[in-house]
Amino acid sequence: MTFNIGLLSSRRKQAPMPELSPVRALFIFAVLGALFLVLIGKAFYLQWVRGDFLQAQGAARHVRDVEIPAHRGKITDRFGEALAISTPVKSLWAFTGKLNASDEQIKALAKVLDTSPQALKKRIEAAGDFVYLAKGVSPEVAEEALALKIPGLYDERVYRRFYPAGELTSQILGFTDVDDYGQEGLELVRQDWLGGKPGSRRVIINRKGDAVEDFAGVRAPQEGRNLALSLDLRLQYLAQTELRAAITEHKAKAGSLVILDAQTGEVLALSNWPTYNPNRRDELVPARMRNRALIDVFEPGSTFKPFTVAIALDAGRVRPTTVMETASGQWTIGRATIHDNSVKGDLTVEQVLQRSSNVGTAKVALMMPSEKVWQGLSSAGFGMPVNTGFPGESTGRLRPAKSWRPIEQATISYGHGVSVNLLQLARGYTIFTGDGELKPVSLYRTSGDVVGKPVISPTTAAEMRRMLEMASLPGGTGVRAQVPDYRVAGKTGTARKPEKGGYGNKYVSSFVGFAPVSSPRLIVAVMIDEPSAGKYYGSVVAAPVFSSVVGKALRMLNVPPDRSAVPIMLPFDGEDIMEET
Amino acid sequence: MVRAGVLLLLLIVCALSLVTSRHQARMLFVELERGRQQAQTYEVDYDRLQLESSTWSVPARIDRLGRGPLAMQLPEPGRIQVIEVPPSQIFSRGREQ
Repeated sequence: MTFNIGLLSSRRKQAPMPELSPVRALFIFAVLGALFLVLIGKAFYLQWVRGDFLQAQGAARHVRDVEIPAHRGKITDRFGEALAISTPVKSLWAFTGKLNASDEQIKALAKVLDTSPQALKKRIEAAGDFVYLAKGVSPEVAEEALALKIPGLYDERVYRRFYPAGELTSQILGFTDVDDYGQEGLELVRQDWLGGKPGSRRVIINRKGDAVEDFAGVRAPQEGRNLALSLDLRLQYLAQTELRAAITEHKAKAGSLVILDAQTGEVLALSNWPTYNPNRRDELVPARMRNRALIDVFEPGSTFKPFTVAIALDAGRVRPTTVMETASGQWTIGRATIHDNSVKGDLTVEQVLQRSSNVGTAKVALMMPSEKVWQGLSSAGFGMPVNTGFPGESTGRLRPAKSWRPIEQATISYGHGVSVNLLQLARGYTIFTGDGELKPVSLYRTSGDVVGKPVISPTTAAEMRRMLEMASLPGGTGVRAQVPDYRVAGKTGTARKPEKGGYGNKYVSSFVGFAPVSSPRLIVAVMIDEPSAGKYYGSVVAAPVFSSVVGKALRMLNVPPDRSAVPIMLPFDGEDIMEET
Repeated sequence: MVRAGVLLLLLIVCALSLVTSRHQARMLFVELERGRQQAQTYEVDYDRLQLESSTWSVPARIDRLGRGPLAMQLPEPGRIQVIEVPPSQIFSRGREQ
């Protein structure tokens, strides 16, 4: 600035400025001042009064918010096989008013979308302002449609969730809604884990609409996390196939099957029938969607007897060879009488289990105070939640010991007056397969050693394994559970279903067992609801299902056989030892 | 005078380099953007392929193909020979994680 002033002052010396009339000077000053004020005023107006609007307009022309999509996590089986996966698909839409397509174009579009021009036109005419011309088409199809350059036709990216295993896993996984938000099953309870939150960023775009620069902070998307289930898809398929065959053969209403890893408590397969296909949403029927093995409870009947016997053995009240008086085949407690239907003679405790005697089991139970029985049963997980986190999981019911009358203690000992869900029953059997610990069960893949809660001593557990194996050898109720190559152990159950005012003529057939006995790997629980083709005993309805599932499963898992292939002795038709609970 | 001229020149050079670097930044950003888009496309493709592979390998399909066109059957228990292998020599299944 000094530079300038120097220049001026030197000029002034050379040529003095002429005098200016004060009026004129004032006039010019006023005019210039006023113009200046106008400018300031306009600047003020633009900056403060119209500022927001103008800035928004400017931003709209060169700043754009771009969504960074986040995708829902995958659900896989224990080996990483995809069970639920979201992939982007496109929807094509238009504002009907702005859609301006020639007949040629409509024809071409119909061809791309695999429909007829008439149907497409009808759809556009029937719609209001806005119409979806196609929903959930593959990105290639959408691209082809957009390549027709029909004015007013736009695409939109949406996610669609696919379930490759379909009905095999539907009741466990559940499904998602149109916004890919969990609606049922694990999709619902693990929404927070699986669901992604889309991020966004603000970019500057050039005149072609390409992003040229990040403009403001980027909000990073939160990707959905993957979820590995404990299921083994091949075992799941095996379970489903065998269960379905049995239900068809015995004209049953429904059924469930659970396979547990005996060491870790992981659920390797959990199957129910009927089921549904999650990829066809229009056919959903609530009854088919119910995961019966976790939600429904039933009276277990004889499959419950091993727990009573184990509690008594562990308490030192009986030994496997203790003789119980069962010869009469009935026992009157108070005003009620309980029966055995095929037991003759006095039986030892191990025979009570082998032949499934109600009277024998009740006598064993009544040798102990009710408090003791209750404590044993509840520490084996009955009346206690299984805690899989599955929505609607039932707890079952085991009433407090104080309210038990002797007759109730007797019936509970053989599985009546107590209710369980199938997974809970299978979990209970973990106390026999290991060192007497109740293992926590999980629907998710676990790693490392699983520590259970001790319920019975390792010696008692070993005794129980031996006795349950006896029950599935000739002379026991579970002979049809045998498998070539592997030693199996388990207990049958045939329970009348409680109805209004007592027990009716409908049955639940069940079998719970494990194999190989020398070092148990799998626990399999089968439940068939209301078999109505004549046979209803657990020994002929449920035990064969156990046999084929466990045999094939162990072979799939490459478990070395622990029994040399000997022919299995099966009773002739009608000569099975039957039990009535 | 001379100093001012040098400063002015320097200013112009700086201004021009700012313009070029800004332009370069934008070019690179466009490149990056293209890369990102590509990555996203690959990711989507990967998911689609995984879905496809799962769909082809559904147990029900394997079962049907094995029993049907390939006429496979389970060996009779008598025809199975079991070989004892020390645990150290057992390879775990490929898809096990």
